[in-house]
Order: sequence, then C-alpha cells, then structure tokens
Amino acid sequence: MSKLLTRRKFIAGAAAASILAGCDSHPIKGFLGAMKDWNQGFESAIFLPSRMAPELPPSSATPEAAFPAYFISDEMPDVPDNWSLTVGGLVDHPMTLTLDQLRKLPGTAMCVRHHCVEGWSAVAAWHGVRLSDVAKLASLRAGVRYVEFKSFDEGYWSSWDLGSAMHPQTLLAYGMNGHDLAVGHGAPLRLYSAVKLGYKMVKYLTEVNFLATNTGGYWENQGYDWFGGV
Amino acid sequence: MPESHDPRFKGRSEQPLAIRLVHWCNAVFIVLMAGSGLQILAAYPSLGPRGAQYWWYPFQGMSPPSWMRLGAWLGGGRHWHFAIAWFFAINGAIYLGYVFLSGEWRRRMFIPWRDAGGALLQFMYYLRLRKTPPPEDFYNGLQRLAYTSVVFFGLVMVLSGLAIYKPVQLHFLTLLFGGYDGARVVHLGGLALIAMFVASHLVLVAMHPREIVTMVTGGRHE
Repeated sequence: MSKLLTRRKFIAGAAAASILAGCDSHPIKGFLGAMKDWNQGFESAIFLPSRMAPELPPSSATPEAAFPAYFISDEMPDVPDNWSLTVGGLVDHPMTLTLDQLRKLPGTAMCVRHHCVEGWSAVAAWHGVRLSDVAKLASLRAGVRYVEFKSFDEGYWSSWDLGSAMHPQTLLAYGMNGHDLAVGHGAPLRLYSAVKLGYKMVKYLTEVNFLATNTGGYWENQGYDWFGGV
Repeated sequence: MPESHDPRFKGRSEQPLAIRLVHWCNAVFIVLMAGSGLQILAAYPSLGPRGAQYWWYPFQGMSPPSWMRLGAWLGGGRHWHFAIAWFFAINGAIYLGYVFLSGEWRRRMFIPWRDAGGALLQFMYYLRLRKTPPPEDFYNGLQRLAYTSVVFFGLVMVLSGLAIYKPVQLHFLTLLFGGYDGARVVHLGGLALIAMFVASHLVLVAMHPREIVTMVTGGRHE
C-alpha cells in the first residue's frame, strides 16, 4: 500500500491528531509495545462473533447536534460526483456499487451505543447493508483475514480483523436516525459497527478490500490500538 | 503495632515478606494507574453521554492538571493504563490469595461483628470525643475497615475498568455498573476513594514513621 504522504496531508493529519489526542504521537516500543501486542491478543481472544451489542429504543438517540462528527481533511469532505463503492481484493466477484444499488440490497437497521476512544458515548440508529451480505455477494477467496476500508476523507483509512467485519452489527450505513447520512457523519456511505471504537468506523467510504495482510490505519499507525474493539 | 492476641501468629513477622512485596509494588502501580487514567480522562473530562451529561458532576469539562498525568497523549495514556492494569490486578490477586491462605485475614480484615465497635471508638478518639483509644489487637478496627475497604475499591476498579474497556464483549459487567457511562462514574469515583485512602494513609504513616521501617524489614516476630 502506498503511504506516500504529501506535506498537506501530514499537516492535516497532525492538526486532527492534536484535536483528538492533544499531542503528536510516539512510536510504541519496549515494554509498552510488548504489552500493547499482548492486549491486542487479549482483545481478539475475548471477541465473540455471536455477542450482540444491546439494541436501544430509537427514542434514546442522542440529539444529533450533540453527536460529535470528526474528519481529518481541512474542510468537511463533500461527496464526489459519480461516487461509487469499490469492493475488491481477494474476491471472486469484484464490484462497483452505486448508492442506489446499495439501497436495493436487503437492508437492516440498528440503534446502538457508540463508544469513542476519547471516553464519550452517544446513541444513534444506523441504516444500511450488512458488510457480511456484501462479502457474500463478492464471494471471498481463501486466505482473506483482513478487511481494509478507504475513504475520500483525505488519507483516512482503517483495516479490521475479518471476524469483526463479518459481525451482524457491522454495516455499510447510508442512513442515520431515519434519514440519509449527513455530510458530517460520513455521507454518502460509512462503516458503522457496534463492536468497534469510533476511529475504526471509516466514513466517506470509497473502497472495501478483502485482504490477506493487515494494512494498518490512519490512527492505528499513529499509535492507537489496531483491534479497537469494545 | 501491638501484638496479635491470636496464638496462630506466634513467630510470624508483623509484615510478612509477601505482604511487603505486594504493598510496595501496589504503591508504584497505583501511581501509574492514576496518572495514566487521568490522561485518558483528559480526552473527555466529563461524565455522562454526549447530549445528556450528568448535572450533578461539578467538574464537567475540567481536565486534570498535566503534572498528574502520565503518557503524554490519549494513546500513550491508554498504553500505560492497559499495560499496568494487568500487574495491578495480578498483584491484587496475589495479595488476596496470600491473605486468605496464610490466615493473615484474621488479623487484617474487617469483620463487622468483631471490629465495628472498635472502629467507631477509634474514630471518636481521632475526633477527640474520647480521651483514650480502644484496645488494639494487631490493628485497630478503623485500620481494618480502611485496609479492607481499599481492597474492595481495588476490586471495583478492576471490574468497572473492564466494563469501560469492553462494554459490548463484557456487557454483563457493564450492566452491573449501570451501563457504560455509569461504569465511568464508578471508575472515577473509585479513584477518588483510593486517593482519599492514600492521603490519610500517608498522614498516619507520617505520624508513626516506625511503620515504614516495619513495611520494609517486616518488623519484630510475634
């Protein structure tokens, strides 16, 4: 994967990092690095694919103005013309899906609590397609272990373990609280899951790639834990 | 401290080696856990979910001062916190295992029907409502209450911490604390209680400096 960073992206990233983290990051080595690896093993060991996050009544949704919406670009990313989602990697049927095509797939909705790495929580209903259903359509080949998500929020991406990605509460979401996704929440399509921390749920999606290798992520490469489960 | 009246402790030192090791490790771990925990708190120094922050919490939006924090940034604070958490929890488990297997619990733990009266009289003595302290048996009732409570606080910290760490995978624990935001309240409240314990512990140790020596050497044999 190309990790060529332009100066502008670097500055934008550093600015966003200082908003979220309050400071630039440091590489994690030695004792803390070893414990971070250990904890990541612990996190994936206690992840149960069958464990469902409790669904909440839509009336418990957080007022949308109070639901934070982060992005890393200089300005809130606007939907590109002719937007579509590319599904690729180790699949038998690579696809390009328009929003209309995604909406025609069997959809689902869930109202769950959102957990941010910063410590806050908020509640919203999300509407979309289960990622596992899209994976079935694409037909994964043997050897897929990770799923990579790319966005048009300049330089933002993440990658997940396959188990969390195939969880029934992991959606490619095009709606929130009964309406289309707002620009701040990742329009036209974002990843949303009840089993990950917020920074794992890539907004402004452009690509979903099923891969054999772990390709890190925007925050993950700056030191946040890669598994990021809740 | 006075000798135990219990003949089971004949020949045993006041602070056996296992207790001393666990005690000093714990002192280090508590400082590291508190510092890294406050670093994590600084990322969202409020209680209650977005849009419904708790009205009763007087410090909404107030970050702990930077000299109290460890880890330099949120990710660093998390790495320290989740690394030392294992050592803190295992150290606590060793303490509990030792105290119960060795019988030390008899002279250390607060047993309400034995110690409640003495604890009350000791408290009145500290408030100068009584001229003389009640008779002590190794520890006084108030010491036993404090040392037992702080072990309980430590257990609550481990459980409420796990509830915040994995609110979906460990949902049964999170429910026990009234949900994710309830568990954050308990976790911060637990820190406040442990900080109050440490503060009074340090004052009392300063008044009885010989006990520092005892916690290093083990003290005399009974």
